[in-house]
Amino acid sequence: MEINSFVIFIAAIFTSNILLTNFLGMCSYLSISKDMEASAGLGMAVFFVLTFTSGLNYLAYHYILVPLNLVYLQYIIFIIVIAAFVQLLELVIERFSPVLYYSLGIFLPLITVNCAIFGISLFMIIRNYTFIQSIAFGAGSGLGWLLAILALAGIRGKVREKMLPKGMNNAAISLIITGIMALAFIGFSGVVIIQ
Amino acid sequence: MLIIINNVLTFVGLSGVLSTIIVIADYFLANYGDCKIDINGKREITVKGGSSLLTSLAEKDIFVSSACGGRGTCGLCKVKGIDGCGPLLPTEKPYMSPKELEEGIRLSCQVKVKRDLKIEIPESIFSIRKYKSVVTAIEDYTYDIKRIEFKLIEPNEITFKAGQYVQLESKRYGKVRQPVMRAYSVSSNPSHTDYIELIIRKVPEGIMTTFTHDHLKEKDEISFTGPFGDFYIRDTGTDMFFVAGGSGMAPFKGMLEELNEKKSKRRIVFFFGARTTKDLFLLEEMKKFEEEMHDFKFIPILSHPEPNDGWDGLTGYIPPYFEEHLRDPKNTEGYLCGNPGLLNASEKRMRELGIEDIYYDSFG
Repeated sequence: MEINSFVIFIAAIFTSNILLTNFLGMCSYLSISKDMEASAGLGMAVFFVLTFTSGLNYLAYHYILVPLNLVYLQYIIFIIVIAAFVQLLELVIERFSPVLYYSLGIFLPLITVNCAIFGISLFMIIRNYTFIQSIAFGAGSGLGWLLAILALAGIRGKVREKMLPKGMNNAAISLIITGIMALAFIGFSGVVIIQ
Repeated sequence: MLIIINNVLTFVGLSGVLSTIIVIADYFLANYGDCKIDINGKREITVKGGSSLLTSLAEKDIFVSSACGGRGTCGLCKVKGIDGCGPLLPTEKPYMSPKELEEGIRLSCQVKVKRDLKIEIPESIFSIRKYKSVVTAIEDYTYDIKRIEFKLIEPNEITFKAGQYVQLESKRYGKVRQPVMRAYSVSSNPSHTDYIELIIRKVPEGIMTTFTHDHLKEKDEISFTGPFGDFYIRDTGTDMFFVAGGSGMAPFKGMLEELNEKKSKRRIVFFFGARTTKDLFLLEEMKKFEEEMHDFKFIPILSHPEPNDGWDGLTGYIPPYFEEHLRDPKNTEGYLCGNPGLLNASEKRMRELGIEDIYYDSFG
């Protein structure tokens, strides 16, 4: 693949935002987006984990699975690597930065099962990215996810829930807002396309 | 064949390496050394850092009450954090009143001991002990409610107020590998200090009640901690309304036995709710209390009497019957024990009638 890593990074944020074009990582996105502070915490955690796991899974795939002819084990191996990394990250953060732990650490267990993380690892393999491209893709997608959840939290803060018809509050209105946001993001798609 | 071995080895190898890394990291990172906990500025205990404040205190035989066993769902294990407890977690917030937030009250099961702490807990907690006991009697009250008697072994005496509860600890049985703790009100008379009695209703699929109803036998040894709770009779001399449903009878049995023994002159009305006549129990004891006590009335109310029950007593919900027995709401105390639905409905109706002093323990 002859795409500049920086282009992939920008494209992952805007034109092929993992959340708004692939609709991955929806569960934590919908449930945490009520509150700006929590959204920022979760978004940062996703960014962190995505950046590292895309690199780690790249190494695991190209240096362990491919040489051993075990490519079909990628699903299970990727999940194990993600789970182990999140565990490790949680330990490290809890030890060295209590402040960061309280704003970010409690979201880490949520992220282990976030499909966006797993999706990114699979996409980078399918698209034959190099190591640098994979990390750019992971970091960009993480920032894109952070951007999307912050935007939703911001919009939800402005929506007056009392004015909504019954049954439209919470998840329903979030999905509608997300749909409109996804439409708006199509506006970026003329810039670069990576998929 | 080679492929399968290759597969398994790679998979196991990779998982092994990753878990080793985590174990090593856990050993070095989650090791907080010894931490000192200063309690009420009077005593200081030293514990190994890294676990929750609730379990750290329990290791030193200081038992903060907790009905859920430290999962952060009952909101009972409140302590006052003075220093070193870290910021309030989102898991604690729902259980705190604005006043408690201001005072720095924390759930001890959510606070992790990572450095020296300073906390405040009520002095009465120090009288809470872990008791070893032996089951001396198991008796069926109804098809799903049992009376179980525990004779104390070590320590061999307990001091409690009628209405307080203990936490029973189950043993391993069948597929249940971890012992669990559940709270039950003591139903025996506090003047008997060498044994306690509990009234336990079987909860379908309940881990603890399956243990007590299907596995526990006489002469079994079992531990409990206690006594806990603020649900006991206030020494005021007012009229009292007791409201209970099913096994919520337990604390009132103990209270009535004690009041009867002390020849109390207080006026008591006991509203007891059950589904059918099959769910009624201790009727003869209640009759005895009515005869012996100064002014006690037992009013059983069935919610779903069956036609062949031959029931000619009261039916329906309990709260509508309060009014006709109420003399002076300002001079009446409400004591409630039962399921949350009954508690809420009773408290609401009592407040409407002007009763201000209402007491109950809610078991998360």
